[in-house]
Amino acid sequence: MDQALRELGDYIDAGNAGAVLGIEVAYGELMVTAEASAVPKLLTFLRDDQNCQFKQLVDVTAVDYPDREARFTVVYNLLSLRHNQRVRVKTAVADGVPLASVVGVFSSANWLEREVWDLFGVAFSGHPDLRRILTDYGFEGHPLRKDFPLTGHVEVRYDEDQKRVVYEPVKLTQEFRNFDFMSPWEGMLQTPDDDQADPDAGADGAGEGGS
Amino acid sequence: MADPLIKPMILNFGPQHPAAHGVLRLVLEMDGEIIQRADPHIGLLHRGTEKLIEYKTYLQAVPYFDRLDYVAPMNQEHAFALGVEKLLGLEVPPRGQYIRVLYCEIGRLLNHLLSITTFAIDVGAMTPLLWSFEEREKMMEFYERASGARMHAAYFRPGGVHLDLPAGLLEDIATFCRGFPQHIDDLETLLTENRIFRQRTVDIGVVNLDDAFDWGFSGPMLRASGAAWDLRKAQPYECYSELDFDIPVGKHGDCFDRYLVRIEEMRQSVRIMEQCIERMPEGPVASRDHKVTPPPRAEMKRSMEALIHHFKLYTEGYHVPAGETYAAVEAPKGEFAVYLVSDGTNMPYRCKIRAPGFAHLSAMDFMCRGHMLADSVAILGSMDIVFGEVDR
Repeated sequence: MDQALRELGDYIDAGNAGAVLGIEVAYGELMVTAEASAVPKLLTFLRDDQNCQFKQLVDVTAVDYPDREARFTVVYNLLSLRHNQRVRVKTAVADGVPLASVVGVFSSANWLEREVWDLFGVAFSGHPDLRRILTDYGFEGHPLRKDFPLTGHVEVRYDEDQKRVVYEPVKLTQEFRNFDFMSPWEGMLQTPDDDQADPDAGADGAGEGGS
Repeated sequence: MADPLIKPMILNFGPQHPAAHGVLRLVLEMDGEIIQRADPHIGLLHRGTEKLIEYKTYLQAVPYFDRLDYVAPMNQEHAFALGVEKLLGLEVPPRGQYIRVLYCEIGRLLNHLLSITTFAIDVGAMTPLLWSFEEREKMMEFYERASGARMHAAYFRPGGVHLDLPAGLLEDIATFCRGFPQHIDDLETLLTENRIFRQRTVDIGVVNLDDAFDWGFSGPMLRASGAAWDLRKAQPYECYSELDFDIPVGKHGDCFDRYLVRIEEMRQSVRIMEQCIERMPEGPVASRDHKVTPPPRAEMKRSMEALIHHFKLYTEGYHVPAGETYAAVEAPKGEFAVYLVSDGTNMPYRCKIRAPGFAHLSAMDFMCRGHMLADSVAILGSMDIVFGEVDR
């Protein structure tokens, strides 16, 4: 299974010189990291090539990593019914930099890209109708960014005097409580992969303390 | 007078309209009674599920999935549970798998009964809805007996299911399965050969196979267009590979074919349920890894370790190794998937929910163009839209 995916990955890499930055297979899934500008071309290749035939764009989404220079990772999930395979194309894009739209390649990208624009603020150049989709009319901000507060900025209520719904800044009677379970005082920092690494880290720390 | 400018009439449909299946606002540009352009405005039921999940532990995220497609709640939980299990490398014991499949198929019946009958009421048939809601009520009782809740079950949890089935429940489900095909037959006598129903649905909203791929269709919408594709067969999860069932496929890709596919899927679901009951293995229903699933209550009375596990699980939760995965299930409406990104903490870093209805509704404009106004209701009904999952 993994072997077949790896071969497919190499094939995609060979067919798109320069567009593919990396191939990775994890949990039995193929991930292709691509150059941002080459995404429409790469997706066209994946759709039309005989050995790929990824005819369905199942999902487009983004992940926000505020610490990275290219802050957003836009993720395209494709499905090939012919070969019964999935591939995930990922590309990194900085805040404020538009990404080329793939609506011309897959019609289903239309709303999915609108959603990414709405929730993350990643613009898609060449999109026929880039409006907000899920949030309220006149909404400001992009809610799935990590720096957008969970409670949002405004709340609504019906005002009896004005006879309409009014927007007001959020007032919380209690601060939002976000417990930090990653603090060093808690024991459960380890994940199975860390088991090897942690004793070393502990030894280093002790060494520095001693000197 | 200079040449008069003829503007299309703009018609606002919904959000408060019984045929809008919830809170769809559809802005239609009409040329007489012909639809020139349909612009669905969605998001009126947006609750920020994905954002909320980023601030919840993996276990606390489960109930949010019930509230997406509230017509078949457990199928949604299933996708999330599969994703978390993949990242954790957990195995679900056989009995847990069979219970999951059994309840997924109950969910499919729940969904199809609602979707077919509300579709029928949209095109003018009242009775099927009344009949089928009685059957749905019976199945919700099965939900309640297993999980304690009729709808928002929170029953499929990463690692297995929450509790074992109570005594006698399997026998009652078996009795239900024997009687249910008769209900499908009754439903068909009202609709399949019904002249009005056929006039309203045959050759309406035809989607050919290439367009169905292009628009990201899945589930009955894709099968009605002629693709023999079902994730339960193509990429089997749980114990589906051990079970015997058929995939119905349509020919024309019109509203009537979608109805027929759903009817046949219900018969196949009953078949799957009967096989599950017959083969239901004994044993645990959830993984014995008590770093993820809670220990049995009796053990907590005696074992200090079990008590600590329980306390840690319900406060801090478990940590999931960093990684990302895409877990898809064949939900009644189509491919429901969770794209899960973990950063090694006890809360998901990103949890994207792929709802089948979102892709289907995005093709509304494409499917409605050139149709009459009344057909838009039939097309919408045949899409099987539930706004809980479209808006998330």
